[in-house]
Amino acid sequence: MGAVRARDTGDARELSLPALTCMHAEAAHAPDRCLLEVRHISKSFPGVAALDDVSLRVDRGTVHALIGENGAGKSTLMKIIAGIVPADAGEVCLAGRTLRLDTPRQALESGIAMIHQELNLMPSMSVAENIWIGREPANAFGMVSHRELHRRTRALLERLQIDIDPQAEVRALPIASRQMIEIAKALSYESQLLIMDEPTSALTEHDTAQLFAIIRELKSQGKAVLYITHRLDELREIADEITVLRDGRYIGTERPSNLTREQIIRMMVGRELAQIFPHEATAPGAVRLAASGLTLRPHFQDVSFELRAGEILGVAGLIGAGRSQLAEALFGVAPASHGQVWIDGAEVRVDSPCTALARGMAFLTEDRKETGCLLTLDVLENLAIAVLNRDFVRFGFLRSAAVTQACADMSRRLRVKTPSLQEPIAHLSGGNQQKVLIGRWLLTGPRILILDEPTRGIDVGAKAEIHQLIARLAAQGAAVLMISSELPEILGMSHRIMVMHAGRVTGVLERAQADQEKIMALAAH
Amino acid sequence: MPQAVMQQSFPSPAARRTRRWPPEASILLVLLGLALLFELLGWVFVRQSFLLNEQRLVIMILQVSVIGIIAIGVTQVIITGGIDLSSGSVVALTAMVAASLAQSADAVHPVYPSLIELPVIVPIAAGLAVGAAAGLLNGTLIARTSIPPFIATLGVMVSARGLAKWYTRGQPVSLLTDGYANIGSGAAPVVIFLATALLFHIALRYTRYGKFTYAIGSNPQAARVSGINVPRHLLAVYTIAGVLSGLAGIVTSARAESGQAGMGMMYELDAIAAAVIGGASLSGGVGRITGTVIGTLILGVVTSGFTFLRIDAYYQEIVKGGIIVAAVIADQYRRKARDPRAIS
Repeated sequence: MGAVRARDTGDARELSLPALTCMHAEAAHAPDRCLLEVRHISKSFPGVAALDDVSLRVDRGTVHALIGENGAGKSTLMKIIAGIVPADAGEVCLAGRTLRLDTPRQALESGIAMIHQELNLMPSMSVAENIWIGREPANAFGMVSHRELHRRTRALLERLQIDIDPQAEVRALPIASRQMIEIAKALSYESQLLIMDEPTSALTEHDTAQLFAIIRELKSQGKAVLYITHRLDELREIADEITVLRDGRYIGTERPSNLTREQIIRMMVGRELAQIFPHEATAPGAVRLAASGLTLRPHFQDVSFELRAGEILGVAGLIGAGRSQLAEALFGVAPASHGQVWIDGAEVRVDSPCTALARGMAFLTEDRKETGCLLTLDVLENLAIAVLNRDFVRFGFLRSAAVTQACADMSRRLRVKTPSLQEPIAHLSGGNQQKVLIGRWLLTGPRILILDEPTRGIDVGAKAEIHQLIARLAAQGAAVLMISSELPEILGMSHRIMVMHAGRVTGVLERAQADQEKIMALAAH
Repeated sequence: MPQAVMQQSFPSPAARRTRRWPPEASILLVLLGLALLFELLGWVFVRQSFLLNEQRLVIMILQVSVIGIIAIGVTQVIITGGIDLSSGSVVALTAMVAASLAQSADAVHPVYPSLIELPVIVPIAAGLAVGAAAGLLNGTLIARTSIPPFIATLGVMVSARGLAKWYTRGQPVSLLTDGYANIGSGAAPVVIFLATALLFHIALRYTRYGKFTYAIGSNPQAARVSGINVPRHLLAVYTIAGVLSGLAGIVTSARAESGQAGMGMMYELDAIAAAVIGGASLSGGVGRITGTVIGTLILGVVTSGFTFLRIDAYYQEIVKGGIIVAAVIADQYRRKARDPRAIS
């Protein structure tokens, strides 16, 4: 009872009763601590209600995670708060002041900065130039003062304990460092609220730890972070509060410690998901794909492995270990310079994706936007493009009824959320785009599937579906090579796990003997 | 349980189809607006009707038919994300070669004294072959080396013009057979233009060739990973553009009843303008033949409208430049309005 009364007066945090610490979330909503308040936001796009009366509060010095399935409205809400998209109704208050958010610039000047999932840095410019672009310090002659520029950048990076050379060219830096630069850039505007859209989706475990250290540093400085993620494992580690959205509606806000993983998933999906990782009991068949001594300097060297029908071979490793390049070499995108490949026991030369396709291979690439989606085209064209070399064409003409039927079936089977097959793929959410790309390859009826980060940036519901799909394809006899930077996915899905470090295979583990520590030990070597 | 999840009832994506205006609708409105504007100005300033004059309309389309034929090829090149600057020069080169094989017995100093009064199929085949060769060269340079299309076709543009002048040491080729001249007489160029447009409209929308063309322009990396032989396809697209430039050269020389090395000057820019006004995007993956046809007609209306109002040609060029830029700006606004989510 005492606890309840204390909460009502709003100063629970000044009481030192241990029982009250778990009330932190509620007590913290006292007006002085509340930084951001979003009230009754609604937004609809032609034909879709993206957000329906959503309210939310974020306190100073906390990380507030926003989760939900693809298309739940997370990104739209973020964009409204960041001034990128106008709301139809509702208001956004920062530190008790209602904001006018017509442009991203206004949001930035009010103290709200957003770090997009796709980073927006200029690769050919230096770290310092990227951070201060448009606000470069001038010297006495009105020219950019590079000395002052670098001094400021160094001070900023030191404050965040980020170890990056201000003069380095962004092009030469790994994704994790670029993320840090985006954060530094956001903070250079003296932002109070940082919005991060899936910051860890492209990071390895190691880089993620570094990012979290910086986020904790920001918290201690009293800043707040609004954090979108699909990785539920991160929540307990980094988030102070979780808000769940589903189908554009507010479902609830809770502390992560009050929820089990299953409860979170139920809130997000609105239904029970039977199991996260499907374990189809299969006995792997004959060797379908074998490689020996594959080398493409400087990316990878002397890679040998065997992949059996019905088997899922997980490929783990840090970013830069050469896993994606190995996949590209196998599929003929950038063929290996040395080494041999056998399919079904016969030696083959796969020197282009055309040959790879003809040999029954399929390759889901790592980067949806760069090498996956045909962004100016519609869902149907994106689904059908890889089979047109072989099927659904008579005398050069598309058999449009047959194509439409096959694509509609595939789209239904993968539960792609789209108003129609004629919808431009650019209008779909990331997870639905990924489903379309998977559908593109399934239409080719592949016998060997190479998947590079198949569930990156995808919500938990879609993820489970894709996992089940992969497991079922393997059970039906497909050989699957799956690259993933998410260890739970690797551990949960693979029959065997091949670990790479600096372009070499450092070990192959059976599922039964593998765990995170063993994999990380081999990956870091 | 997994099965149950996958088979949950879900509306068929094909079932719910939203009715949308085709992207050409707005360009068509511009065309009609311009025509009505000239109609109005006509009554005010020269007391004549602009549109109710059959002869003027025929001449108007006739004038732009050649540009239109080129623009159909250029549109396809632009859809792949490329550009073709060589079309105008290829028009000149084909005009010269085709005309030299179409000379009549009346010719005083025929280019090939032994090759006069040939059946009309010979100069046509030769002209198309020259166009194809130029296109093949463009395509080879672009697909097999990594030089940008702008540079490759710029080189071919300069060389082909030189070749056209060298062919007869700058002398025009005249006195052509009646059979050949027929290709350019009456409404024949208009018929050729519209037939070509129809052919490639179908090719782009209903064939594998068309789908691959859009896919390459939309995302060449993804197209390649999807098993499309990108170099081979680009070779085909540039060759087709070359053949169409060749066809335009044949029509031009037949209409003028002579071949001249100065023919087709700046036609490549008019053709690119027609495609862009018609909605083709220079960043690739977007564009339609119907739009290009309307874009061509807009150029025709402007040209003939200015002549009709007896305004100097200088002003005509100034306005044409403005229309091209306006078309691209309008297109960008349309795209934003269509997709608010694509802004970020």
